[in-house]
Amino acid sequence: MGIPHLKKTVAAAALALACGGYAAAELRDDYVAVEPPNEDHPLTEIISGYEFRTDETRALQADDFENPGYLLLEEAMETWEEVDGAAGKSCASCHDDYEESMAGVGSTYPKVVDRDGEKVFTNIENQINHCRTEHMQADAWKYDKPDMLGMTILVRNVDRGEPVNVAIDGDAAPYFEKGEALYNQRVGQLDMACSNCHQDYYGMYIRADHLSQGQSNGFPTYRFKWSGVGSLHRRFSGCMKNIRAEPFSKGGEEFLALELYLGYRGQGLPVETPSVRN
Amino acid sequence: MLHRIIPILAAATLATTAQAGEVAPGDVKIVDGAIAASLTGEPGDAERGKAAFVGRKAGNCLACHVVTELLDEQQFHGEIGPPLDGVADIYSAAELRAQIVDSKVANPATIMPAFYRETGLNRVPDAFKGTILSAQQVEDIVAYLGTLKGE
Ligand code: HEC
Ligand code: HEC
Repeated sequence: MGIPHLKKTVAAAALALACGGYAAAELRDDYVAVEPPNEDHPLTEIISGYEFRTDETRALQADDFENPGYLLLEEAMETWEEVDGAAGKSCASCHDDYEESMAGVGSTYPKVVDRDGEKVFTNIENQINHCRTEHMQADAWKYDKPDMLGMTILVRNVDRGEPVNVAIDGDAAPYFEKGEALYNQRVGQLDMACSNCHQDYYGMYIRADHLSQGQSNGFPTYRFKWSGVGSLHRRFSGCMKNIRAEPFSKGGEEFLALELYLGYRGQGLPVETPSVRN
Repeated sequence: MLHRIIPILAAATLATTAQAGEVAPGDVKIVDGAIAASLTGEPGDAERGKAAFVGRKAGNCLACHVVTELLDEQQFHGEIGPPLDGVADIYSAAELRAQIVDSKVANPATIMPAFYRETGLNRVPDAFKGTILSAQQVEDIVAYLGTLKGE
Protein backbone atom coordinates (compact mmCIF):
# COMPACT_ATOMS: atom_id res chain seq x y z
CA MET A 1 0.00 0.00 0.00
CA GLY A 2 1.01 3.63 0.06
CA ILE A 3 2.31 5.79 -2.73
CA PRO A 4 5.21 4.19 -4.57
CA HIS A 5 8.31 6.22 -5.34
CA LEU A 6 10.14 5.28 -8.44
CA LYS A 7 13.50 5.17 -10.04
CA LYS A 8 13.76 4.79 -13.78
CA THR A 9 16.60 2.29 -13.61
CA VAL A 10 14.13 -0.55 -13.36
CA ALA A 11 14.48 -2.00 -16.83
CA ALA A 12 18.23 -2.39 -16.49
CA ALA A 13 17.87 -4.09 -13.14
CA ALA A 14 15.27 -6.47 -14.50
CA LEU A 15 17.42 -7.42 -17.46
CA ALA A 16 20.41 -8.22 -15.30
CA LEU A 17 18.28 -10.49 -13.14
CA ALA A 18 16.63 -12.27 -16.03
CA CYS A 19 20.01 -13.55 -17.15
CA GLY A 20 21.13 -14.80 -13.77
CA GLY A 21 19.94 -17.44 -11.26
CA TYR A 22 17.07 -19.04 -13.11
CA ALA A 23 17.05 -22.70 -12.23
CA ALA A 24 17.88 -22.53 -8.56
CA ALA A 25 14.41 -21.77 -7.20
CA GLU A 26 13.55 -23.92 -4.20
CA LEU A 27 10.70 -23.80 -1.77
CA ARG A 28 12.67 -22.85 1.35
CA ASP A 29 12.09 -24.51 4.71
CA ASP A 30 10.61 -21.32 6.11
CA TYR A 31 8.09 -20.66 3.34
CA VAL A 32 4.88 -18.92 4.31
CA ALA A 33 1.62 -20.84 3.94
CA VAL A 34 -1.96 -19.91 4.73
CA GLU A 35 -4.47 -22.22 6.35
CA PRO A 36 -7.32 -23.23 3.98
CA PRO A 37 -10.70 -21.72 4.91
CA ASN A 38 -12.37 -25.11 5.47
CA GLU A 39 -11.88 -28.87 5.18
CA ASP A 40 -13.44 -29.12 1.73
CA HIS A 41 -10.86 -26.77 0.25
CA PRO A 42 -8.75 -28.49 -2.42
CA LEU A 43 -5.42 -27.52 -0.84
CA THR A 44 -3.98 -28.54 2.53
CA GLU A 45 -1.85 -25.40 2.60
CA ILE A 46 -2.16 -22.30 0.43
CA ILE A 47 1.14 -20.93 -0.90
CA SER A 48 1.81 -17.84 -2.98
CA GLY A 49 3.79 -18.17 -6.22
CA TYR A 50 6.24 -15.79 -4.55
CA GLU A 51 7.53 -18.63 -2.37
CA PHE A 52 8.54 -20.70 -5.39
CA ARG A 53 10.74 -18.07 -6.97
CA THR A 54 14.42 -17.27 -6.55
CA ASP A 55 15.81 -14.88 -3.96
CA GLU A 56 16.57 -12.39 -6.74
CA THR A 57 13.02 -12.45 -8.10
CA ARG A 58 11.56 -12.12 -4.62
CA ALA A 59 13.86 -9.22 -3.83
CA LEU A 60 12.80 -7.35 -6.95
CA GLN A 61 9.13 -7.78 -6.06
CA ALA A 62 9.68 -6.63 -2.50
CA ASP A 63 11.40 -3.40 -3.59
CA ASP A 64 8.81 -0.78 -4.60
CA PHE A 65 11.57 1.32 -6.14
CA GLU A 66 12.81 -1.44 -8.43
CA ASN A 67 9.66 -3.47 -9.09
CA PRO A 68 8.83 -2.72 -12.75
CA GLY A 69 5.08 -3.03 -12.15
CA TYR A 70 5.18 0.29 -10.33
CA LEU A 71 6.02 2.14 -13.53
CA LEU A 72 2.57 1.31 -14.87
CA LEU A 73 1.01 2.09 -11.52
CA GLU A 74 2.58 5.54 -11.53
CA GLU A 75 1.14 6.25 -14.97
CA ALA A 76 -2.27 5.04 -13.84
CA MET A 77 -2.18 7.49 -10.92
CA GLU A 78 -2.12 10.25 -13.51
CA THR A 79 -4.72 8.63 -15.75
CA TRP A 80 -7.04 8.41 -12.74
CA GLU A 81 -7.36 12.19 -12.80
CA GLU A 82 -7.55 12.63 -16.58
CA VAL A 83 -10.86 13.42 -18.27
CA ASP A 84 -11.56 11.11 -21.19
CA GLY A 85 -14.67 10.47 -23.30
CA ALA A 86 -17.82 12.35 -24.28
CA ALA A 87 -19.19 12.56 -20.73
CA GLY A 88 -16.25 14.74 -19.73
CA LYS A 89 -15.35 12.63 -16.75
CA SER A 90 -12.29 11.01 -15.20
CA CYS A 91 -12.17 8.06 -12.80
CA ALA A 92 -11.75 10.63 -10.03
CA SER A 93 -14.98 12.41 -11.01
CA CYS A 94 -16.94 9.45 -9.67
CA HIS A 95 -14.51 7.73 -7.30
CA ASP A 96 -12.48 10.63 -5.87
CA ASP A 97 -9.56 9.31 -3.81
CA TYR A 98 -8.79 5.75 -4.90
CA GLU A 99 -7.08 4.87 -1.62
CA GLU A 100 -10.50 5.19 -0.05
CA SER A 101 -12.94 4.36 -2.79
CA MET A 102 -11.07 1.28 -4.06
CA ALA A 103 -10.35 -0.24 -0.64
CA GLY A 104 -11.75 -3.76 -0.51
CA VAL A 105 -12.05 -4.11 -4.29
CA GLY A 106 -8.82 -5.85 -5.29
CA SER A 107 -9.16 -8.58 -2.68
CA THR A 108 -12.80 -9.43 -3.47
CA TYR A 109 -13.03 -9.42 -7.27
CA PRO A 110 -14.14 -11.12 -9.45
CA LYS A 111 -17.65 -10.83 -8.08
CA VAL A 112 -21.30 -10.45 -9.01
CA VAL A 113 -22.25 -6.77 -8.94
CA ASP A 114 -25.62 -5.06 -9.18
CA ARG A 115 -25.89 -2.72 -12.17
CA ASP A 116 -29.22 -0.94 -12.10
CA GLY A 117 -30.96 -4.08 -10.92
CA GLU A 118 -29.05 -6.39 -13.23
CA LYS A 119 -26.64 -8.91 -11.76
CA VAL A 120 -23.35 -8.99 -13.64
CA PHE A 121 -20.33 -11.17 -12.95
CA THR A 122 -17.20 -9.11 -13.53
CA ASN A 123 -13.51 -8.84 -12.79
CA ILE A 124 -11.62 -5.58 -12.34
CA GLU A 125 -10.67 -5.22 -16.00
CA ASN A 126 -14.23 -5.65 -17.24
CA GLN A 127 -15.51 -3.27 -14.56
CA ILE A 128 -12.99 -0.64 -15.64
CA ASN A 129 -14.22 -0.94 -19.21
CA HIS A 130 -17.83 -0.75 -18.09
CA CYS A 131 -17.03 2.53 -16.34
CA ARG A 132 -15.21 3.81 -19.40
CA THR A 133 -17.87 2.98 -21.96
CA GLU A 134 -21.01 3.62 -19.88
CA HIS A 135 -20.09 6.32 -17.38
CA MET A 136 -17.34 8.17 -19.26
CA GLN A 137 -18.49 7.41 -22.81
CA ALA A 138 -14.88 6.70 -23.65
CA ASP A 139 -13.41 3.87 -25.70
CA ALA A 140 -12.89 0.53 -24.02
CA TRP A 141 -9.29 -0.32 -23.24
CA LYS A 142 -7.81 -3.47 -24.72
CA TYR A 143 -6.94 -6.32 -22.41
CA ASP A 144 -3.23 -6.45 -21.63
CA LYS A 145 -2.44 -3.01 -23.00
CA PRO A 146 -0.55 -0.65 -20.64
CA ASP A 147 -3.57 1.57 -19.78
CA MET A 148 -5.64 -1.40 -18.67
CA LEU A 149 -2.78 -3.18 -16.91
CA GLY A 150 -1.78 -0.02 -15.05
CA MET A 151 -5.29 0.79 -13.85
CA THR A 152 -5.87 -2.80 -12.77
CA ILE A 153 -2.60 -2.69 -10.84
CA LEU A 154 -3.63 0.59 -9.23
CA VAL A 155 -6.95 -0.82 -8.04
CA ARG A 156 -5.49 -4.12 -6.81
CA ASN A 157 -2.53 -2.41 -5.18
CA VAL A 158 -4.80 -0.45 -2.85
CA ASP A 159 -5.53 -3.84 -1.24
CA ARG A 160 -1.94 -5.02 -1.23
CA GLY A 161 -1.38 -7.10 1.89
CA GLU A 162 -5.11 -7.67 2.41
CA PRO A 163 -6.23 -11.31 2.35
CA VAL A 164 -7.93 -12.53 -0.82
CA ASN A 165 -11.60 -12.95 0.03
CA VAL A 166 -13.83 -13.87 -2.89
CA ALA A 167 -17.48 -14.87 -2.48
CA ILE A 168 -18.37 -18.22 -4.00
CA ASP A 169 -21.90 -18.66 -2.69
CA GLY A 170 -25.21 -17.06 -3.65
CA ASP A 171 -25.12 -15.38 -7.06
CA ALA A 172 -21.48 -16.35 -7.50
CA ALA A 173 -22.09 -20.09 -7.06
CA PRO A 174 -22.73 -21.00 -10.71
CA TYR A 175 -19.59 -19.14 -11.82
CA PHE A 176 -17.56 -20.85 -9.13
CA GLU A 177 -18.79 -24.27 -10.22
CA LYS A 178 -18.00 -23.51 -13.82
CA GLY A 179 -14.51 -22.37 -12.86
CA GLU A 180 -13.89 -25.49 -10.81
CA ALA A 181 -15.00 -27.69 -13.72
CA LEU A 182 -12.73 -25.85 -16.15
CA TYR A 183 -9.81 -26.16 -13.76
CA ASN A 184 -10.16 -29.92 -13.74
CA GLN A 185 -10.98 -30.33 -17.41
CA ARG A 186 -8.24 -31.80 -19.60
CA VAL A 187 -7.53 -29.80 -22.74
CA GLY A 188 -5.09 -29.66 -25.60
CA GLN A 189 -3.07 -32.21 -27.50
CA LEU A 190 -1.16 -32.91 -24.27
CA ASP A 191 -4.52 -33.55 -22.59
CA MET A 192 -3.78 -31.91 -19.25
CA ALA A 193 -5.86 -29.96 -16.77
CA CYS A 194 -4.71 -27.02 -14.64
CA SER A 195 -5.04 -29.39 -11.69
CA ASN A 196 -2.53 -31.85 -13.17
CA CYS A 197 0.26 -29.32 -12.79
CA HIS A 198 -0.82 -26.93 -10.05
CA GLN A 199 -2.70 -29.30 -7.74
CA ASP A 200 -1.05 -32.71 -8.22
CA TYR A 201 2.57 -31.66 -8.73
CA TYR A 202 3.20 -28.22 -7.26
CA GLY A 203 6.63 -28.02 -5.68
CA MET A 204 8.10 -30.29 -8.37
CA TYR A 205 10.13 -29.40 -11.40
CA ILE A 206 8.65 -29.86 -14.84
CA ARG A 207 11.78 -29.62 -16.94
CA ALA A 208 13.30 -26.26 -15.82
CA ASP A 209 10.10 -24.89 -14.29
CA HIS A 210 9.37 -25.05 -10.61
CA LEU A 211 5.62 -25.64 -10.42
CA SER A 212 3.71 -23.42 -8.02
CA GLN A 213 0.05 -23.69 -7.05
CA GLY A 214 -0.74 -21.32 -9.91
CA GLN A 215 -2.16 -18.69 -7.56
CA SER A 216 -3.60 -15.39 -8.78
CA ASN A 217 -2.82 -13.08 -5.85
CA GLY A 218 0.06 -11.27 -7.57
CA PHE A 219 -1.56 -10.29 -10.87
CA PRO A 220 -1.08 -8.31 -13.01
CA THR A 221 2.54 -9.41 -12.74
CA TYR A 222 5.87 -8.38 -14.22
CA ARG A 223 7.48 -11.39 -15.93
CA PHE A 224 11.06 -11.62 -17.14
CA LYS A 225 9.87 -13.94 -19.89
CA TRP A 226 7.44 -11.29 -21.14
CA SER A 227 9.90 -8.45 -20.52
CA GLY A 228 6.84 -6.67 -19.25
CA VAL A 229 3.64 -6.76 -17.26
CA GLY A 230 0.77 -9.09 -18.13
CA SER A 231 -2.69 -9.97 -16.92
CA LEU A 232 -3.90 -13.12 -15.23
CA HIS A 233 -5.79 -14.05 -18.39
CA ARG A 234 -2.58 -13.75 -20.39
CA ARG A 235 -1.02 -16.29 -18.02
CA PHE A 236 -4.02 -18.63 -18.45
CA SER A 237 -3.63 -18.28 -22.18
CA GLY A 238 0.08 -19.13 -21.95
CA CYS A 239 -0.51 -22.23 -19.84
CA MET A 240 -3.14 -23.42 -22.33
CA LYS A 241 -0.84 -22.85 -25.29
CA ASN A 242 1.90 -24.79 -23.53
CA ILE A 243 -0.31 -27.86 -23.47
CA ARG A 244 -1.25 -27.18 -27.09
CA ALA A 245 -4.79 -26.11 -26.31
CA GLU A 246 -6.83 -23.36 -27.95
CA PRO A 247 -7.03 -20.67 -25.22
CA PHE A 248 -10.34 -19.10 -24.22
CA SER A 249 -10.67 -15.39 -24.85
CA LYS A 250 -9.29 -12.85 -22.38
CA GLY A 251 -12.07 -11.24 -20.39
CA GLY A 252 -14.51 -13.93 -21.55
CA GLU A 253 -16.80 -16.02 -19.39
CA GLU A 254 -14.50 -19.06 -19.11
CA PHE A 255 -11.46 -17.14 -17.89
CA LEU A 256 -13.66 -15.07 -15.58
CA ALA A 257 -14.98 -18.27 -14.01
CA LEU A 258 -11.43 -19.65 -13.70
CA GLU A 259 -10.37 -16.37 -12.11
CA LEU A 260 -13.04 -16.75 -9.43
CA TYR A 261 -12.06 -20.36 -8.78
CA LEU A 262 -8.40 -19.36 -8.44
CA GLY A 263 -9.43 -16.62 -6.00
CA TYR A 264 -10.94 -19.33 -3.83
CA ARG A 265 -7.91 -21.60 -4.19
CA GLY A 266 -5.89 -18.66 -2.87
CA GLN A 267 -8.41 -17.53 -0.24
CA GLY A 268 -6.50 -15.78 2.55
CA LEU A 269 -3.28 -15.14 0.61
CA PRO A 270 -2.17 -11.52 0.73
CA VAL A 271 -2.75 -9.53 -2.46
CA GLU A 272 0.75 -8.99 -3.92
CA THR A 273 0.00 -6.89 -7.00
CA PRO A 274 2.22 -6.06 -8.79
CA SER A 275 4.25 -9.24 -8.30
CA VAL A 276 7.43 -10.25 -10.13
CA ARG A 277 7.84 -13.68 -11.73
CA ASN A 278 10.35 -15.36 -14.03
CA MET B 1 -7.14 -27.38 -61.57
CA LEU B 2 -8.89 -28.17 -58.31
CA HIS B 3 -8.35 -31.90 -58.44
CA ARG B 4 -4.64 -31.31 -58.91
CA ILE B 5 -4.39 -29.07 -55.90
CA ILE B 6 -6.35 -31.17 -53.45
CA PRO B 7 -4.01 -34.19 -53.28
CA ILE B 8 -1.09 -31.89 -52.54
CA LEU B 9 -2.92 -30.23 -49.65
CA ALA B 10 -4.01 -33.60 -48.37
CA ALA B 11 -0.44 -34.88 -48.39
CA ALA B 12 0.71 -31.86 -46.41
CA THR B 13 -1.81 -32.46 -43.62
CA LEU B 14 -1.07 -36.18 -43.37
CA ALA B 15 2.17 -35.65 -41.48
CA THR B 16 1.00 -37.06 -38.15
CA THR B 17 -1.52 -39.53 -39.52
CA ALA B 18 -0.66 -43.19 -39.95
CA GLN B 19 1.34 -44.12 -43.04
CA ALA B 20 0.77 -47.25 -45.12
CA GLY B 21 1.71 -50.39 -43.21
CA GLU B 22 1.34 -48.65 -39.86
CA VAL B 23 -1.26 -49.30 -37.22
CA ALA B 24 -3.51 -46.22 -37.14
CA PRO B 25 -4.05 -44.67 -33.67
CA GLY B 26 -7.69 -45.78 -33.60
CA ASP B 27 -6.75 -49.39 -34.37
CA VAL B 28 -4.20 -49.86 -31.59
CA LYS B 29 -5.23 -52.50 -29.06
CA ILE B 30 -3.75 -52.47 -25.58
CA VAL B 31 -4.13 -55.96 -24.08
CA ASP B 32 -3.09 -56.60 -20.47
CA GLY B 33 -1.07 -53.37 -20.43
CA ALA B 34 0.89 -54.26 -23.56
CA ILE B 35 0.98 -53.80 -27.31
CA ALA B 36 2.74 -56.87 -28.67
CA ALA B 37 3.52 -55.84 -32.25
CA SER B 38 5.50 -52.88 -33.55
CA LEU B 39 3.24 -50.05 -34.78
CA THR B 40 5.29 -49.83 -37.97
CA GLY B 41 5.87 -53.55 -38.41
CA GLU B 42 9.61 -52.90 -37.98
CA PRO B 43 11.89 -52.55 -34.96
CA GLY B 44 12.70 -48.94 -34.04
CA ASP B 45 16.07 -47.23 -34.10
CA ALA B 46 17.48 -46.41 -30.64
CA GLU B 47 19.71 -43.56 -31.81
CA ARG B 48 16.81 -41.75 -33.49
CA GLY B 49 14.69 -42.68 -30.49
CA LYS B 50 17.03 -40.85 -28.16
CA ALA B 51 16.59 -37.68 -30.24
CA ALA B 52 12.80 -38.03 -30.19
CA PHE B 53 12.87 -38.77 -26.46
CA VAL B 54 14.87 -35.64 -25.71
CA GLY B 55 13.41 -33.23 -28.30
CA ARG B 56 11.21 -30.54 -26.78
CA LYS B 57 8.96 -30.55 -29.83
CA ALA B 58 8.84 -34.37 -29.93
CA GLY B 59 8.50 -36.56 -26.81
CA ASN B 60 10.02 -34.03 -24.43
CA CYS B 61 10.13 -36.94 -22.00
CA LEU B 62 12.75 -35.18 -19.86
CA ALA B 63 10.07 -32.66 -18.93
CA CYS B 64 8.92 -35.25 -16.41
CA HIS B 65 11.55 -38.01 -16.20
CA VAL B 66 15.19 -38.18 -15.15
CA VAL B 67 17.58 -40.33 -17.17
CA THR B 68 20.93 -40.35 -15.40
CA GLU B 69 23.00 -41.17 -18.49
CA LEU B 70 21.62 -38.02 -20.18
CA LEU B 71 22.37 -35.63 -17.30
CA ASP B 72 25.68 -34.51 -18.80
CA GLU B 73 24.34 -33.63 -22.22
CA GLN B 74 20.84 -32.41 -21.29
CA GLN B 75 20.05 -29.82 -18.62
CA PHE B 76 16.88 -29.73 -16.57
CA HIS B 77 15.31 -33.15 -16.11
CA GLY B 78 11.85 -32.97 -14.56
CA GLU B 79 10.77 -34.89 -11.48
CA ILE B 80 7.07 -35.49 -12.18
CA GLY B 81 7.34 -39.15 -13.24
CA PRO B 82 9.66 -41.93 -12.07
CA PRO B 83 13.31 -41.92 -13.23
CA LEU B 84 13.66 -44.15 -16.28
CA ASP B 85 17.07 -45.62 -15.42
CA GLY B 86 16.93 -49.37 -15.84
CA VAL B 87 13.38 -49.25 -17.14
CA ALA B 88 14.12 -52.03 -19.67
CA ASP B 89 14.87 -54.41 -16.78
CA ILE B 90 11.36 -53.91 -15.45
CA TYR B 91 9.20 -53.69 -18.57
CA SER B 92 9.04 -55.49 -21.89
CA ALA B 93 9.06 -53.56 -25.16
CA ALA B 94 5.35 -54.36 -25.48
CA GLU B 95 4.63 -52.77 -22.10
CA LEU B 96 6.77 -49.72 -22.80
CA ARG B 97 4.96 -49.28 -26.13
CA ALA B 98 1.59 -49.29 -24.34
CA GLN B 99 2.78 -46.78 -21.75
CA ILE B 100 3.86 -44.36 -24.49
CA VAL B 101 0.87 -44.90 -26.78
CA ASP B 102 -1.74 -44.31 -24.08
CA SER B 103 -0.73 -44.43 -20.41
CA LYS B 104 -4.28 -43.50 -19.44
CA VAL B 105 -5.51 -46.98 -20.22
CA ALA B 106 -3.53 -48.22 -17.20
CA ASN B 107 -3.92 -45.05 -15.12
CA PRO B 108 -6.76 -42.71 -16.13
CA ALA B 109 -5.60 -40.02 -13.66
CA THR B 110 -2.05 -39.76 -14.98
CA ILE B 111 -0.54 -36.46 -16.12
CA MET B 112 1.51 -38.31 -18.77
CA PRO B 113 0.16 -37.52 -22.25
CA ALA B 114 -1.01 -40.27 -24.59
CA PHE B 115 1.52 -39.91 -27.37
CA TYR B 116 -0.26 -41.97 -30.01
CA ARG B 117 -3.93 -41.15 -29.62
CA GLU B 118 -5.94 -38.52 -31.46
CA THR B 119 -9.49 -38.90 -30.18
CA GLY B 120 -11.15 -37.82 -26.95
CA LEU B 121 -9.22 -34.54 -26.80
CA ASN B 122 -10.63 -31.04 -26.18
CA ARG B 123 -9.77 -27.69 -27.72
CA VAL B 124 -6.86 -28.87 -29.84
CA PRO B 125 -5.86 -26.16 -32.37
CA ASP B 126 -5.70 -27.26 -36.01
CA ALA B 127 -1.92 -26.99 -35.96
CA PHE B 128 -1.79 -29.81 -33.40
CA LYS B 129 -4.47 -32.12 -34.74
CA GLY B 130 -3.20 -35.69 -34.92
CA THR B 131 -0.93 -37.65 -32.59
CA ILE B 132 1.97 -36.10 -30.64
CA LEU B 133 4.42 -38.69 -31.97
CA SER B 134 4.37 -40.65 -35.22
CA ALA B 135 4.28 -44.44 -35.15
CA GLN B 136 7.93 -44.40 -36.18
CA GLN B 137 8.87 -42.10 -33.31
CA VAL B 138 7.04 -44.32 -30.82
CA GLU B 139 8.97 -47.36 -32.06
CA ASP B 140 12.25 -45.46 -32.00
CA ILE B 141 11.63 -44.38 -28.39
CA VAL B 142 10.71 -47.94 -27.42
CA ALA B 143 14.06 -48.99 -28.89
CA TYR B 144 15.87 -46.26 -26.95
CA LEU B 145 14.16 -47.23 -23.68
CA GLY B 146 15.28 -50.79 -24.42
CA THR B 147 18.87 -49.61 -23.99
CA LEU B 148 18.18 -48.30 -20.46
CA LYS B 149 19.38 -51.30 -18.46
CA GLY B 150 20.96 -51.48 -15.01
CA GLU B 151 24.29 -53.11 -14.28
C1 HEC C 1 2.01 -28.48 -18.10
C2 HEC C 1 1.89 -27.85 -16.83
C3 HEC C 1 0.88 -26.74 -16.63
C4 HEC C 1 -0.46 -26.74 -16.85
C5 HEC C 1 -1.32 -27.87 -17.39
C6 HEC C 1 -0.95 -25.44 -16.43
N1 HEC C 1 0.07 -24.67 -15.98
FE1 HEC C 1 -0.08 -22.86 -15.07
N2 HEC C 1 1.95 -22.77 -14.89
C7 HEC C 1 2.83 -23.76 -15.29
C8 HEC C 1 4.18 -23.33 -15.04
C9 HEC C 1 5.45 -24.14 -15.33
C10 HEC C 1 4.08 -22.04 -14.49
C11 HEC C 1 5.23 -21.13 -14.03
C12 HEC C 1 5.72 -21.59 -12.69
C13 HEC C 1 4.63 -21.58 -11.67
O1 HEC C 1 4.30 -20.53 -11.09
O2 HEC C 1 4.02 -22.66 -11.47
C14 HEC C 1 2.66 -21.73 -14.38
C15 HEC C 1 2.15 -20.55 -13.83
C16 HEC C 1 0.80 -20.30 -13.64
C17 HEC C 1 0.29 -19.14 -12.95
C18 HEC C 1 1.11 -18.00 -12.35
C19 HEC C 1 1.37 -18.21 -10.89
C20 HEC C 1 2.17 -17.09 -10.29
O3 HEC C 1 2.35 -17.10 -9.07
O4 HEC C 1 2.64 -16.21 -11.00
C21 HEC C 1 -1.08 -19.24 -12.97
C22 HEC C 1 -2.06 -18.25 -12.39
C23 HEC C 1 -1.40 -20.48 -13.66
N3 HEC C 1 -0.24 -21.09 -14.05
C24 HEC C 1 -2.68 -20.94 -13.90
C25 HEC C 1 -2.98 -22.07 -14.69
C26 HEC C 1 -4.31 -22.42 -15.11
C27 HEC C 1 -5.57 -21.67 -14.74
C28 HEC C 1 -4.20 -23.54 -15.89
C29 HEC C 1 -5.24 -24.25 -16.70
C30 HEC C 1 -5.93 -23.48 -17.68
C31 HEC C 1 -2.80 -23.90 -15.90
N4 HEC C 1 -2.09 -22.96 -15.18
C32 HEC C 1 -2.28 -25.03 -16.51
C33 HEC C 1 2.50 -25.01 -15.80
C34 HEC C 1 1.21 -25.42 -16.11
C1 HEC D 1 3.86 -34.54 -18.06
C2 HEC D 1 4.58 -35.62 -17.47
C3 HEC D 1 5.12 -36.77 -18.28
C4 HEC D 1 5.66 -36.79 -19.56
C5 HEC D 1 5.83 -35.61 -20.51
C6 HEC D 1 6.08 -38.13 -19.81
N1 HEC D 1 5.79 -38.91 -18.72
FE1 HEC D 1 6.21 -40.92 -18.53
N2 HEC D 1 5.32 -40.94 -16.68
C7 HEC D 1 4.78 -39.84 -16.04
C8 HEC D 1 4.20 -40.29 -14.77
C9 HEC D 1 3.51 -39.40 -13.75
C10 HEC D 1 4.41 -41.69 -14.68
C11 HEC D 1 3.97 -42.64 -13.54
C12 HEC D 1 2.98 -43.69 -14.01
C13 HEC D 1 1.75 -43.08 -14.66
O1 HEC D 1 1.20 -42.13 -14.09
O2 HEC D 1 1.36 -43.55 -15.74
C14 HEC D 1 5.11 -42.07 -15.90
C15 HEC D 1 5.53 -43.35 -16.20
C16 HEC D 1 6.31 -43.71 -17.28
C17 HEC D 1 6.89 -45.02 -17.49
C18 HEC D 1 6.79 -46.18 -16.50
C19 HEC D 1 7.95 -46.02 -15.55
C20 HEC D 1 7.90 -46.88 -14.31
O3 HEC D 1 8.98 -47.04 -13.69
O4 HEC D 1 6.84 -47.37 -13.94
C21 HEC D 1 7.57 -44.97 -18.66
C22 HEC D 1 8.34 -46.09 -19.31
C23 HEC D 1 7.42 -43.64 -19.19
N3 HEC D 1 6.66 -42.88 -18.33
C24 HEC D 1 7.99 -43.20 -20.38
C25 HEC D 1 7.80 -41.92 -20.92
C26 HEC D 1 8.27 -41.52 -22.21
C27 HEC D 1 9.06 -42.40 -23.15
C28 HEC D 1 7.87 -40.24 -22.42
C29 HEC D 1 7.99 -39.37 -23.64
C30 HEC D 1 7.67 -39.92 -24.91
C31 HEC D 1 7.19 -39.82 -21.20
N4 HEC D 1 7.17 -40.87 -20.32
C32 HEC D 1 6.68 -38.56 -20.99
C33 HEC D 1 4.79 -38.54 -16.49
C34 HEC D 1 5.21 -38.13 -17.77
